[in-house]
Amino acid sequence: MPAVQETVERVKAIDVEQYKYGFETTIEMDKAPKGLSEDIVRLISSKKGEPEWMTEWRLEAFRRWQTMREPKWARVNYPPIDYQELYYYAAPKKNPAPKSLDEVDPEILKTYEKLGIPLREQEILAGVEGAGSRVAVDAVFDSVSVVTTFKEELKKAGVIFCSISEAIREYPDLVRKYLGSVVPVSDNFFATLNSAVFTDGSFVYVPEGVRCPMELSTYFRINERNTGQFERTLIIADKGSYVSYLEGCTAPARDENQLHAAVVELIALDDAEIKYSTVQNWYPGDAEGKGGVYNFVTKRGDCRGANSKISWTQVETGSAITWKYPSCILRGDNSRGEFYSIAISNGYQQVDSGTKMIHLGKNTTSRIISKGIAAGRSENTYRGLVSAHRKASGARNFTNCDSLLIGDKCGAHTVPYIESKNASAVFEHEATTSKISDDQMFYCLQRGLDEEEAVALIVNGFVKDVLQQLPMEFAVEAQKLISISLEGSVG
Amino acid sequence: MAEVTPIRTAAEVALIERFEGLKNKLPGSGEIARGRDEAFALIAAAGLPNRRVEEWKYTDLRNAVREAAPLAERPADAAALVDKASAFAKADAVRLSFANGHFVAERSDLAALPAGIAVTPLAAALAEGHPLLAEMGKVAVAKGNFALALNSAFMMDGALIRVAAGTAVDKALHLRFVNGGASPFATAPRVVILVEDGASVTVHESHEGVGTAAYQANSVVEIVAGNGTTITHARLNAEQADAIALSTLAVTLGAKAKLTSLGAVTGGSLSRHQVFLAFAGEHSSLTLGGATMLRGRQHADTTLVVDHAVPHCDSRELFKTVIDGEATGVFQGKIIVRPDAQKTDGRMMSAALLLSETATMNNKPELEIFADDVQCAHGATCGQLDEDLLFYLTARGLPRAMAEALLVQAFLGEALELVEDEAVREELVARAEGWLGERA
Repeated sequence: MPAVQETVERVKAIDVEQYKYGFETTIEMDKAPKGLSEDIVRLISSKKGEPEWMTEWRLEAFRRWQTMREPKWARVNYPPIDYQELYYYAAPKKNPAPKSLDEVDPEILKTYEKLGIPLREQEILAGVEGAGSRVAVDAVFDSVSVVTTFKEELKKAGVIFCSISEAIREYPDLVRKYLGSVVPVSDNFFATLNSAVFTDGSFVYVPEGVRCPMELSTYFRINERNTGQFERTLIIADKGSYVSYLEGCTAPARDENQLHAAVVELIALDDAEIKYSTVQNWYPGDAEGKGGVYNFVTKRGDCRGANSKISWTQVETGSAITWKYPSCILRGDNSRGEFYSIAISNGYQQVDSGTKMIHLGKNTTSRIISKGIAAGRSENTYRGLVSAHRKASGARNFTNCDSLLIGDKCGAHTVPYIESKNASAVFEHEATTSKISDDQMFYCLQRGLDEEEAVALIVNGFVKDVLQQLPMEFAVEAQKLISISLEGSVG
Repeated sequence: MAEVTPIRTAAEVALIERFEGLKNKLPGSGEIARGRDEAFALIAAAGLPNRRVEEWKYTDLRNAVREAAPLAERPADAAALVDKASAFAKADAVRLSFANGHFVAERSDLAALPAGIAVTPLAAALAEGHPLLAEMGKVAVAKGNFALALNSAFMMDGALIRVAAGTAVDKALHLRFVNGGASPFATAPRVVILVEDGASVTVHESHEGVGTAAYQANSVVEIVAGNGTTITHARLNAEQADAIALSTLAVTLGAKAKLTSLGAVTGGSLSRHQVFLAFAGEHSSLTLGGATMLRGRQHADTTLVVDHAVPHCDSRELFKTVIDGEATGVFQGKIIVRPDAQKTDGRMMSAALLLSETATMNNKPELEIFADDVQCAHGATCGQLDEDLLFYLTARGLPRAMAEALLVQAFLGEALELVEDEAVREELVARAEGWLGERA
């Protein structure tokens, strides 16, 4: 079935040429020399005022990285990256570590204002922006976190929300215990590179039994030319706690490609729940495929405790290349992993994204819902792994991935891996739209909807549910995608 | 960054020595010998496929093949070996027999070939440079495949079969492969079947092990089907329990053609059946099926690549795997829809039943789509027998073992029903029952 007109128009509305965040902020920056060496790693570490163990940790990663090779298995093509031609550290020169918002360079504040990200607590409280939804924001500008809002209020609840560099200084025990415990230093080429040179990112610790009183978020902005952004996020939800976290990202429109290699680690202990949402809107390159961000990200959540839950939601519209597989390690018994994704590619974008659900504990469940929409000359690949190990009795997975092609110059691909080592594990993978749930379908059909409408209603209703939990600031792109019809799905 | 230098395993070193020593003795010269060199160059460069090679991720030959067995000579008792074969004996067919990969004329019905069918033993065809040899290796998506390249390098015998335009044969062609010996050996038989426009043919293929020594089989069947052809194909792998068996079916399908192929697997310690199919003409349809039964420490891999290069073609794939003991099942299926292949309709399903706690199933159903007006779907399931169904049957007085057998039979039945020939279908069903009987 060909795509319906409405869908075509909606996808066009977020085409690469319509990229709204391509402006650049002129600001004096403090940059490390170009290139990567042990000295640069030491320099980054000292700029951040890190303790000795952290410097060693980075150097160890750097040495490991030198022996590794760039992965080539993903369905993406790009010219070789010269890692010596990049700047690994760039921070705003004026007062790189402001104590309060007043000390932040007004240019930076203006940038965030333009992006629609509220940083002034009083404005947010007064309801100037964002229709009253209260969100604590950690704003990362190139290599450093410029401001984190609502820190004090969160502290009252016992929640630690700060930049990772601050956490390394203030809460070394927590960081040492958990950093690299989900994504080991030598996990993969980009994660190892990140471990060596990561400059900032967010750190969240929610103590036992606490339900985080507000949404937490990080907003990443790459501004400086030829700079790689390497951020590191670490979120720990202690027993019985709950946190919802979201990230957004944009970059100026430039002709050359920029590298973004982040690592996100989530740890959920007994009965804890982490909800992680991403609206990824890096600069996708222009209509000819020139420029754009290379988004090579390692995201992994560890359901370490029993009855824990981690859920990933992502809306992917940006980046020239996306290489990203938010995963869940379902270690604790009865733990649950979820992955909801909408990936839209346009122009010359290449997306190779998906998830991994690794069932280790008993009665673990996971659900994967992925919708890929390819238009223009883009390539959109879903690559996912579901595996059950010997001891994962009673594991259950349901996977549904749909793709839609708009035009005949693009490609949509599905590469699922389903590995079961346990007889009582039940895995279902489907790419047909007819088998969502017979009961639900029957109910809708009986009320006069045709099959297509019924499917759209059920799946969209489901996705909408997740998207609506994104705060307003991030929901602009997401909202546009909600009503995209499933008509013409090809599996 | 450090470059990795491949270290050759003993089997790889032996393979290279074997080829160097044998290549001047293998049938064929000129173009054919060059083809062997080219094919072997691929193998020498890449070595045995291992888990780092995506297409072989789940079947690590470098690990499994410790020694490369010598290529089998024509056995002295070839006719006696063939006489030990039992598969598809009841089906009414014209039989072509192969012992350890060598054509056995005295056990083949060459004299009784129906009108319109011509058969040339491959060794003779290679030696004389038969014109039909040009039909070999036409399927683009199979190029570079290890098993196919290995066969192309070592192919020693087999058959060239030509089904003339418009031929409709009421008898099936039975390709009877029998392997047996007292010491380890390797085989590399190849059969090329050219089905000319408008012809229809039924091909049955059986692979049996009747000897005492472990062997390494690597058979290739190529079918080049013209426009308006109808082909039904059924295949049985009843190889020896300690055999390593690689097999490839490579098909080019013309316009308005129809192919149905079912593969049943019960044998081999490690087996891999590959299907490469390319649609070359519009309005053709394909049905592929598989029924695999594994136990002990068996490992069976089914890998298929269906290449929709032209518009208006349909493909249906249904694969069933039943795994007991510590066995491992692998299904890798890939449907490619090229930019011009509009109106393609592809549906692929793989279902696995794990009967024991220690069984493993790896599924990888892949879609690669470049056309926007197509319907493609794939499904993969994996689980154990439904407790509710078992309860229903046991509540009606069936012993649990029988209830299980009944459900497994029904599970496999869906795939086995694809076989059109009654005698062959019944035999496959009986083999499935026998397999279940051994379980109880």
